[in-house]
Amino acid sequence: MAPEQIRSVILDILARIAPDEDLSELDDSVPFREQMELDSMDFLDIVMELRKLYRVQIPEEDYGELVTMDSTVTYLTPLLKDAESTV
Amino acid sequence: MSYDSIIIGAGMSGLAAGIRLAYFGKRVCILERHTTIGGLNSFYRLRGRNHDVGLHAVTNYSPPGGKKGPLNKILRQLRFQWEDFDLSPQCGSSVVFPGHTLRFNNHFDYFEAQIAEQFPRQIDGFRQLVSEIDAHNIGDLGQTWISTRARMADHISDPLLINMLLCPLMFYGSPSAHDMDFNQFVIMFRSIYQEGFARPYQGVRLILKNLVRKFKSLGGELKLRAGVKQLLIEGTQVSGVMLDDGQILEAKNVLSSAGSAETLQMCGAEVPQDDRFTPGDISFVETISVLDQQPQEFGHEETIVFYNESEDFYYEQSKEPVDVRSGIICSPNNFEYDRPLEEGSIRITALANPDYWMNLSEEKYIEQKQYWYDQILESSLRYIPDFRPHVVDVDVFTPRTIKKFTGHINGCVYGAPQKILDGSTPFNNLFLCGTDQGFLGIIGSMLSGISIANLHLLNPK
Repeated sequence: MAPEQIRSVILDILARIAPDEDLSELDDSVPFREQMELDSMDFLDIVMELRKLYRVQIPEEDYGELVTMDSTVTYLTPLLKDAESTV
Repeated sequence: MSYDSIIIGAGMSGLAAGIRLAYFGKRVCILERHTTIGGLNSFYRLRGRNHDVGLHAVTNYSPPGGKKGPLNKILRQLRFQWEDFDLSPQCGSSVVFPGHTLRFNNHFDYFEAQIAEQFPRQIDGFRQLVSEIDAHNIGDLGQTWISTRARMADHISDPLLINMLLCPLMFYGSPSAHDMDFNQFVIMFRSIYQEGFARPYQGVRLILKNLVRKFKSLGGELKLRAGVKQLLIEGTQVSGVMLDDGQILEAKNVLSSAGSAETLQMCGAEVPQDDRFTPGDISFVETISVLDQQPQEFGHEETIVFYNESEDFYYEQSKEPVDVRSGIICSPNNFEYDRPLEEGSIRITALANPDYWMNLSEEKYIEQKQYWYDQILESSLRYIPDFRPHVVDVDVFTPRTIKKFTGHINGCVYGAPQKILDGSTPFNNLFLCGTDQGFLGIIGSMLSGISIANLHLLNPK
């Protein structure tokens, strides 16, 4: 997947976790935690959704890479380069 | 038949755990002994009317658009939208003790102002206590029992205020007499005073039906009339369960919402007992009166009234069949719905003596339910206009009813005094969720199922 597709995948996951959230205003450079009040349970869910969808394993020490949309996409680009988008 | 996970009990916690597991692709089966779902928070139909069992109110209210707190956490974890629970906030509640009435609603500032007005010399101490509550981490699974009364006494010197603050929290969640664990206190304080009460127009059945629908749509299996007679043990492992009818189901792990002592009983006699697994003994009698008018029409506008008529407050197992010195008056009508409920009703709940109710003959049991219904209503009349002329139908449930439908020893409502926060048991693939894990209330019980499923079954270390 290209970075832009990965971004769509993450948006899709966020929409599932927080269906009441308006994601059109999401700022890619600001932490999810600040914009959506995501907590550790929610971050774990992002990780688990990615594992379910693409069998990608994200070790716990790398959870810090999932702070913003920008950092998440950068981190996932090499891991998902051969994956087919599901969105 | 072999599953990834078997869940014992189709109550709030079991269903929530089931949704998490099914969502992430596990083969999961929920086993429920009864013919219907819900456990402690179930519903039934009697003489053409719908009733809720446990629910007075959903605690942990958060308005639409909120992002914080347990309600929003479970909505996210279960992939629900706020509308799915259809919560209408309360009209306002109160704690009434001799000489004092403290009112509260879903705005904590209002409650704080009430305390400042009525207990001016205690307000600084109260604020210090609130800071301590705000700083407390309920997510620390390693903490042990701390006396709430001791913590409160560090800040508040008036025993009346201490008892008034404790009264609703104990009635709605304390498994132990006189005092409660500080962690439980913080959970209850936030859920009742800082977040507040709400109710779905259709009652608890709406939430339960949404849980079941989601669970099944994700491929989860729910078996009713499927009581677990025995957990099958091999050394320190559980290999599966035997049902009441002798059928055997295998699973890689088992999550039980049956209660800690009750779960160990299913493991057989040779299980090492420790005092964490002592069952609770606090239970209640509840009267349900269906009325020919809405409570507002005869002047009762409060959602819930917690009352106590004696100088001290005795939260303990009742020595009498029912302790009528204190109680809870709940009106399911008095929430801010956009249309009134079809009929008025008043539920009054009081502490009871489990042994007394368990041991009555059937004939005497029916007679005593009627007798204590009258006593409970009589004692409530200082706190609500006399509604007895408006009563058109009555039901009463007792510790015996609770035992029958939940399997809880002593018919206890809030489970064991010692909570097992990490859900662990002496068996390394058997875990606890629900009442004896430690989160409380409708939202809390769902959070319990979610947390334990996440911790042990979806992300085992």
